[in-house]
Amino acid sequence: MSLELLTILDQDGKAQKGKDPNLPAAELQKLYRLMVTTRALDDRGLALQRQGRIGFYLQSTGQEASHLGAAYALKDSDWLFPAYRQPGILLLRQVPIDKIVCEWFGNAGDTSKGRQMPVHYSFRQANFVSISSPIGTQLTQAAGAGMAARMRGDDTVFMTFCGDGGTSSNDFHTGLNFAAVYKAPVVFVCENNGYAISVPSCKQTASESMAIKADAYGMPGVRVDGNDLLAVYRVCKEAVDRARRGDGPTLVETVTHRMASHSSSDDAARYRDAMEYEAWKKKDPIARFQLYLKHKKLWNDAFEKDCVDGAKAAIQTAVTTAEAMPNPGPETVFDDVYMNLTPQLKAQRQELHDLMAKGGVGAQVGHFPL
Amino acid sequence: MTATQQKAGEAKAGTKVMTMLEAITDAMRTEMRNDDRVVVFGEDVGKKGGVFGATAGLFEEFGEKRCFDTPLSECGIIGTAIGMAVYGIRPIAEIQFLDFIYPAFDQIVSEAAKMRYRSGGEYTCPMVIRSPYGGGIRGGHYHSQSAEAYFCHTPGLKVVIPSTPADAKGLLIASIRDEDPVMFLEPKRIYRHGKGEVPLGEHVVPLGKARIAREGTDVTVLCYGAMVSVCEAAAETAAQAGRSVEIVDLRTLVPLDEATVLESVKKTGRCVVVYEAPKTCGYGAELSALVAEKCIEHLEGPIVRVAGFDTPFPYTLEHLYMPDEKRVLAGIEKTFVW
Repeated sequence: MSLELLTILDQDGKAQKGKDPNLPAAELQKLYRLMVTTRALDDRGLALQRQGRIGFYLQSTGQEASHLGAAYALKDSDWLFPAYRQPGILLLRQVPIDKIVCEWFGNAGDTSKGRQMPVHYSFRQANFVSISSPIGTQLTQAAGAGMAARMRGDDTVFMTFCGDGGTSSNDFHTGLNFAAVYKAPVVFVCENNGYAISVPSCKQTASESMAIKADAYGMPGVRVDGNDLLAVYRVCKEAVDRARRGDGPTLVETVTHRMASHSSSDDAARYRDAMEYEAWKKKDPIARFQLYLKHKKLWNDAFEKDCVDGAKAAIQTAVTTAEAMPNPGPETVFDDVYMNLTPQLKAQRQELHDLMAKGGVGAQVGHFPL
Repeated sequence: MTATQQKAGEAKAGTKVMTMLEAITDAMRTEMRNDDRVVVFGEDVGKKGGVFGATAGLFEEFGEKRCFDTPLSECGIIGTAIGMAVYGIRPIAEIQFLDFIYPAFDQIVSEAAKMRYRSGGEYTCPMVIRSPYGGGIRGGHYHSQSAEAYFCHTPGLKVVIPSTPADAKGLLIASIRDEDPVMFLEPKRIYRHGKGEVPLGEHVVPLGKARIAREGTDVTVLCYGAMVSVCEAAAETAAQAGRSVEIVDLRTLVPLDEATVLESVKKTGRCVVVYEAPKTCGYGAELSALVAEKCIEHLEGPIVRVAGFDTPFPYTLEHLYMPDEKRVLAGIEKTFVW
């Protein structure tokens, strides 16, 4: 058990000797591009909300290295039980930007059929399990999925996320306890971003760290600089390998900062000291990784322009396409409650259909095919 | 012949006389043999075989991998079951008493019930939550509650309550095979009472189909679980006074077999709803509303609810709280004279 904060890259982007995982050049550039694209998605998402074009947005700005470094340690066949601030993983798993943006609009192109608020993604093709808003519930589910994989003899590893606030939820205790008791192949990533909406992490716990809590459950706990992609990757790779070997779960605390407000409905300036924000701004994970690439001669202005312009163009195309798409049809309100419509749901669907057919009710949602 | 009259040793070929508890175990054993994805877990379900014995013998036959004890956490039992179901195995999670399910309420209501809907059908949650419920065993507040209404009020869950050993087996097998999360609530008061013939091996009673437990012409009594035999006794007494009572055993509360309910009430013109949960906002309130909404023109008297009182469940005086034959009879009478 160590409370030491593991870091590989210093503020100047120099890797400590002997700790650099030495990822191939193309992979390093890919990871940089993913971080840049993730931030561009956030910028555009918030702007769309401010313009009244989507209903809500929730940024991950400042946490790009934390969740991308963690998920990069997984195989594509491994599963994610995410919280709501890991959108870069979708890009890493090659979910098309068009599909991500359709989710914001909750339109007919949304895999979740417009059933949830923006950023509550579900992408089965990426083994990315549907996100819910209640805090921590996914931690216990990941433990259960890990138990199931062990029963079946699969070598799937499960990575699940929560924030510092999530460590106070009953599912944090429950999920870690069950995973440890059954040696489930799970990596618990607690992104300690300093705040749960307005409540600072020092008010969530009297423990010295989140990672130290692992000790009580009988699993390793590691504390890592969450703004250092290489360090997060390295720590999580060890945890993933350990899980895959059958040696059980690990708790990884990534120490990072939520640079944005909690959501588009929040204003962090009301409760966060400007000095704190400025201090963290200097630790920006993308800027630090950029310096690292520069030292390795893997970054120049042209590459930067290609990353930024490429991301913006792809997002612009996605927004244009998504905004032109219709809402899901009114009949879909009743689908997927159960595998098959119950007689009651059939009757309610018919009732809505008949009311709409007469005009007036739900006129803005359009035609109701039955 | 009613279940209560069935005597051991009278079983027809291909059936066996069992208690409800034995029928429940038989259902799990049958499905565990049939489908190696099915696992059973909860508190004390392993070596001990469950506090009521519902999982007796499963640990021995299927091993710890498929029948295992968990830490003492309802939230953990249900939360892990959801993860298992999402990943592709078929969990049967036992909650030792329904009174203890509340720590798992968030996982059931926010997660299991909504997984299919919120993911646009990408992820599903086929799992069974088995739990003994109801009063009549001198269990006090925390071993007696009938909490079915909470779950009936949550779209995405199915709610099943058997009243006979054969139905317990057939409905449980149907629940295990269902593609959606099912709350399978077991009336523990009749776990060991009223043996009945239960088909051996494969036996499926489809969800969403009510059962006419007794045919009659004057008044319909809607009930489920342990209340069915109470209503049967009341019907027998009422018959002596010239009242012909039809009893509909709902079997599945969600989805409800509305057709059978409405057909019966239209035929008799009178309706009594019997349930042992607190009266206000109980499942019987929904049944009353349904009957009023859909066949009020056929009614010749008020819809009467006979239910538990709006109190916490009492210990010493539970016999006063629980609807009994006399209260059901009084309810029946109210539909004739008001």
